[in-house]
Amino acid sequence: MATQTPAIETHNAAASKPSRPLWLEVLHGWVTTVDHKKIGLMYIGYALFFLVVAGFEALLMRIQLAVPNNHFVSPQVFNGLFTVHGTTMVFFVGMPILFGFGNYLIPLMIGARDMAFPRLNAFSFWISAFGGILLYYSYIGGSGLYGAGSAPDVGWFAYAPLTSRVFSPGHSTDYWTLAVLLSGVGTIGTALNIVATTISMRCPGMKMSRLPLLVWLYLVTSCMTFVAVGPLTAAQIMLMLDRYAGSHFFDTQAGGSAVLWMHFFWIFGHPEVYILVLPAFAFANEIIPVFSRKAIFGYPAMVAASVGIGFISLGVWAHHMFTVGLGPGANTFFVLATMVISVPTGIKIFNWLATLWGGKIHFTVSMLFAIGFLFQFLVAGLTGIMLSVAPFDWQLGNSYFVVAHFHYVLVGAILFMLFSAFYYWYPKVTGRMLSEHLGKWHFWLFVIGFHLTFDFMHIPGLLGMPRRIYTYEADRGWMIWNMIVSSGAAIQAVATLLFVFNMVWSYFKGAVAGADPWDAWTLEWSTTSPPPAYNFAKTPTVASRRPLWDLKHPEDPDSNYETEQHLPRSSQEESL
Amino acid sequence: MSDVALISNPNEEWVLPSRGIVGMVCLILAEASIFIIFVVAYIFYMGKSLAGPTPKEVLTLPIFTSICLLSSSLTVHAAVSALSRSKRHLCSLWLAATVLLGGIFLAGTAHEWYDLIYNHGLTISTNLFGTTFYSLVGLHATHVLVGLIMLALALWFSLRGQMTHEHTEKLEVLSLYWHFVDGVWVIVFLVVYVLGR
Repeated sequence: MATQTPAIETHNAAASKPSRPLWLEVLHGWVTTVDHKKIGLMYIGYALFFLVVAGFEALLMRIQLAVPNNHFVSPQVFNGLFTVHGTTMVFFVGMPILFGFGNYLIPLMIGARDMAFPRLNAFSFWISAFGGILLYYSYIGGSGLYGAGSAPDVGWFAYAPLTSRVFSPGHSTDYWTLAVLLSGVGTIGTALNIVATTISMRCPGMKMSRLPLLVWLYLVTSCMTFVAVGPLTAAQIMLMLDRYAGSHFFDTQAGGSAVLWMHFFWIFGHPEVYILVLPAFAFANEIIPVFSRKAIFGYPAMVAASVGIGFISLGVWAHHMFTVGLGPGANTFFVLATMVISVPTGIKIFNWLATLWGGKIHFTVSMLFAIGFLFQFLVAGLTGIMLSVAPFDWQLGNSYFVVAHFHYVLVGAILFMLFSAFYYWYPKVTGRMLSEHLGKWHFWLFVIGFHLTFDFMHIPGLLGMPRRIYTYEADRGWMIWNMIVSSGAAIQAVATLLFVFNMVWSYFKGAVAGADPWDAWTLEWSTTSPPPAYNFAKTPTVASRRPLWDLKHPEDPDSNYETEQHLPRSSQEESL
Repeated sequence: MSDVALISNPNEEWVLPSRGIVGMVCLILAEASIFIIFVVAYIFYMGKSLAGPTPKEVLTLPIFTSICLLSSSLTVHAAVSALSRSKRHLCSLWLAATVLLGGIFLAGTAHEWYDLIYNHGLTISTNLFGTTFYSLVGLHATHVLVGLIMLALALWFSLRGQMTHEHTEKLEVLSLYWHFVDGVWVIVFLVVYVLGR
């Protein structure tokens, strides 16, 4: 949030001196904009704001759990904290920040002037933003007639029958449902836009086989969004009907099934993990090659692995439900499906390693975060394989081991890659470099904090500490681990503040970036930083996967080596 | 600044799929996954109601209205092809037929629901059958209603002469939605009135 607002003001301040109506005009410009770059920035700013809010909630929880028998917050507040933290991080940080980057980058990378449906784009953003406000409005209005303000406290996956009116009186659960429902509508709108943009707005020569891998991965993510968010929307409609129209979908007393909700939720919930992580892969696919000074290794394998992940991820949801008792047939199926998904993910990791191999690696802050991502994602994948084994999961299901595992994915992989992406594309967005010096502090502090928190969080889980408990007895042997985990959280908070400071400081004082500070190869670096509203004065034409390489090295263009080579067209070009 | 005219291939034809059609296909994909969940819930709860009435006791096959709805797919297609041949009056005629047929279907659903509620005492809260029946059929009817409103708008523009040959693609996108709604009805009909009865 902090970085975007000054961006608005200084732009017009240059034109004339700032005065009150001008400020209103600028605000009006942002509220009514349909420009993909501005909408992308609003997505990112909005997500960063909620990242700070939900991060603060995490800190409150870690303070509560740092020592045994603590009463820093009340049990009711604690239940609200983990519910709102989870919901916010998934729906109002993860999704919008990734779609923000997608919105900003995809048209630039495929040589288009805007998304396919600019107005739908604005609609999707505002409806998602409204969802976030609705969730937090629950703190004020969630009580209805039942007393003081309350937050949703049913957990982020809101298992039935806890969500029925009997067990969740008041309106907090309704605010949760509506917030998630609206976020889903916005998400589907943006995903639709990304697919239509990618299919129908590519500049001449940008065949699907030349598409930057980032765009490919966003295409896969968006297609998964349709199939994953649809069931969530349906389940939320059913929940609303149960709560307001007296239907019995999840009402066990009338023959309804609580397990059906679990299925519906996780049919959304597991693909959702991949919807969030594929954009992180997408950033890695752009950043690792540029800082290794090599083209990505195995482009077709990368595309195939991404599409493979997309399909397989739709068939693994019940590994969240091993402890329910699905029976040996279903358990075996979901164990195997879950293990199979590690094959395409492994292909990706090996391809990134092969890209690094023999490269001239530049250890910029962006690259440091990307390398951190590689290692941490591997560890997260390994604990994932451990949990995919049903008998192991029976022991550790609903324990802190699970919490540690998925935070390793969400923070260790996704957030690290997001930081990497911020350092990489900030110069394009603002025209100024982020400070590498501050960035190195940010990186090392965050790495230390991250490993203190999430490495050691596995241990209380193995020792039997369940997730979502409010406090624990001193003689459980969990205290020292929780203390370490909480102190790591504090270090991460400091590192994040440093990052926010870096973004604000560099906006005003950072070194001027120029159009192409990294000597990169994709089209967004061919236009000015920040790009003009129309992106490209003249629609570019491309002949390979690395159009800027071709421009910079006319004597040795990529198009000589890519598979289209043998087509008659290339030989024609050579003769020109 | 964006002097990226990298390699010239001006002679080559660069044609991409229509964004309207791609967008509508995406929307249909998302809508289909919503419907699948409601259909799965219907099948999952088939015969699990703890109290009556059961589908066998109260449901009758809506054959006439189903024929109306399904044939409206043909009429909307005729409207699109008429517009593509610039036969605007014919297009209006076919659009009017589509709206009429869709309207008959909705009226049929309304009549069916009235009968179920007032003569058989089946509401959404009566039992699991009521819950899943009204939600699935209601979700479909909502989509029919949305489609009808948009088709009625198209008819209005067509009658005012504002819809011309250039709008063929837009009408085609709308017709895709309508075909989807009709296709969903085939599934709903099979599940609710054939399989579930």
